[in-house]
Amino acid sequence: MRLEPTPEQLAIRDMVRDFAAREIAPVAAHHDRTREFPIENVRKCAELNLMGVMVSEEHGGSGLDAVSYTLVIEELSRACASTGVIVSVNNSLFCHPVETFGSEEQKRRFLAPHARGEKIGCFCLSEPEAGSDAGNQQTTAFHEDGGYVLNGTKNFITNGVAADTALVFATTDRSKKHHGISAFLVEKGTAGFRFGKDEVKLGITCSGSVEMVFEDCRVPASNLLGEEGMGFKIAMNTLDGGRIGIAAQAVGIARACLEEATRYARQRKAFGRPIAEFQAIQFMLADMATEVDAARLLTHRAAWAKDQGGRFSLEAAQAKLFASEVAMRSAVKAVQIFGGYGYMNEYPVERYFRDAKITEIYEGTSEIQRLVIAANLLRD
Amino acid sequence: MDFTLTDEQRLLRDTLRDFVTREVSPEAGELDRRSEFPGRAVRRLAEMGLLGMAIPEAYGGAGLDAAGSAIAIEEIARGSAALAVTVSVTNAVCAGPIVRYGTEDQKGRYLPRLARGEILGGFSLTEPDSGSDAAHLRTRAIRDGDFYSLTGEKAWVTNVQVGHLFVVLAATNADQGARGLTAFLVERDFPGFSFAKIEDKMGLRSSLTGGLHLQDCRVPALNRLGEEGQGFKIAMSTLDAARIGIAAQSVGIARGALEEALAFAKQRKAFGQPISQFQAIQFMLADMATSIEAARVLVHRAAQLRDRKDVPFTREASMAKLFASEMVNRVAYQAVQIHGAYGYSREFPVERFARDARVTTIYEGTSEIQRLVIARKLLESVSTR
Repeated sequence: MRLEPTPEQLAIRDMVRDFAAREIAPVAAHHDRTREFPIENVRKCAELNLMGVMVSEEHGGSGLDAVSYTLVIEELSRACASTGVIVSVNNSLFCHPVETFGSEEQKRRFLAPHARGEKIGCFCLSEPEAGSDAGNQQTTAFHEDGGYVLNGTKNFITNGVAADTALVFATTDRSKKHHGISAFLVEKGTAGFRFGKDEVKLGITCSGSVEMVFEDCRVPASNLLGEEGMGFKIAMNTLDGGRIGIAAQAVGIARACLEEATRYARQRKAFGRPIAEFQAIQFMLADMATEVDAARLLTHRAAWAKDQGGRFSLEAAQAKLFASEVAMRSAVKAVQIFGGYGYMNEYPVERYFRDAKITEIYEGTSEIQRLVIAANLLRD
Repeated sequence: MDFTLTDEQRLLRDTLRDFVTREVSPEAGELDRRSEFPGRAVRRLAEMGLLGMAIPEAYGGAGLDAAGSAIAIEEIARGSAALAVTVSVTNAVCAGPIVRYGTEDQKGRYLPRLARGEILGGFSLTEPDSGSDAAHLRTRAIRDGDFYSLTGEKAWVTNVQVGHLFVVLAATNADQGARGLTAFLVERDFPGFSFAKIEDKMGLRSSLTGGLHLQDCRVPALNRLGEEGQGFKIAMSTLDAARIGIAAQSVGIARGALEEALAFAKQRKAFGQPISQFQAIQFMLADMATSIEAARVLVHRAAQLRDRKDVPFTREASMAKLFASEMVNRVAYQAVQIHGAYGYSREFPVERFARDARVTTIYEGTSEIQRLVIARKLLESVSTR
């Protein structure tokens, strides 16, 4: 038993911490206000090889473990939760499934440029009528001329506006339900693939979420990822890993709340002394600090379990559930400690509060995590 | 990074898990009802060489480190929180300070007997008017030649009646507050020592808790632990370590509650199906399991830091104790809720778990004291982690 990260892992954390403080944090409020996708952040992350953290070096990635990956995402999210999820989606939801399920040719064409961060990937599973119930895909893919024709609408697609390649799920055989879903790699500019409405969001405002519409969109057979009917399995396997990234993002947001609230409590005076001297404030800070540590440890535990190569669905669901709810509770407390200032976008906790909420929703809501956890408990 | 247990730790866990399932859980309910001390289980632990689990092997103990002790206490508490606190107190707050601050003579006289289970130990800081505010003790110790004379009332001492040796904190210099406190090794047979009444408690009913009455109690100067004035430091460092034990106890009770709730939910039917099929029940079980894991990693982190011996672990011990104790109260409450009316009856162990859980946020530093400790460490650090 040794719960601390290794010196190598800590070196990566410190490198990203410095980078995020220097390059990402200063522009976070600007992007939040303008909702502009922070493409320059992605370029800088690419220079540091953060866009394909776990991808093998052979395929253009850094070849690091999942624990290092959580440290990267936590540090980026500490500075800017949108940047955290942008990087997380490219890593966990695009590069991972292509590396795991792709053919050698697909890895060469799609994996390397995305792992190097020259291109950006997105993951298109959610639909207007299929969120948690992801097996109920309405998007269809029919055979035609040795390829496929996709029709349907995907929504809430993170990275969508900037994406070069979309991993799209569609049903190739509705009669088979879950087992009739397949996954496709669809490139930007493919005829019949366009953006629908821009998604205006409460938080992570600059993560480029958009609706995507497929109208008689022709995709060559060589762009089918895995086999026909494997799509649901690919999606679930991918989300297991994605949840670890979101847990790390939530830890980053929660830590941002704790650090800003601690700093503010030390300098803000009331009744003749810094509010940090009042027990009411101290107790909120103590609870936040305790929960942030617990959330980080659960996140590391899930990442570590993934690195061991066995099953980690339970650990990932527990980390994601716990960390996301900690992020939300920490944000509520941080705003409260800031009082009226916390409600103003002059201070970053207002942004953290809005950013925190999504962690309880995407890549499996808290309710879906609880179902996953309960199913694991009841199986034994 | 490595979240697995070592082979030795796994063996320890499995040995105790088996022992608890076979010998502790079956009698825990009845002992609780009768408020009877689990003497048989204590003797069995001594036979297994685990009663003095944290006492160094050189003195006859099992020589477990903090991580090993946390694993052991969790397993014992899963069956009986009262047995767990009996063992935890003997090791962490009686033997522990002797190991760290005792003279060779003191170690040789007491540790082997504690390890063999010939004597049980306790720790006595709290007084009727001084709990969290531990620096202001009324018990006085006056030097008289080769002896000290101790006079005062101590309260809420675990292992009274069954204990033979108590680490007692008293003021040798009342003007100096915390710096005027000194620790003594006090035997029950010393003149002027007597037990006051046993408390009638909500939970941990088969652990014996009560007061000590010290009236000109003659304690040999050889039994002073550490130096005069070192008592508060000894007490605080002892409690830092002991908090990990209480946190582990909390995790164990919570695991017992979750296991019972799972078993009940699978067999109890309502509206034509096992209640485990309903989301309302599943979500409670999922939250219970998740918060138990969160508490356990905090406990193991604190224990492992303590075992490094070169880094502070006060903050991490407080976090583990705060989180785990608050957690077990929620988990035990949910386990009762899942059992419905059966959970409110003594027929099922969750009723006992819920009562036993309650004290964990109170003793060895209330949740409020833990939050003060954590906040102080947080505000001391220049940049927060």
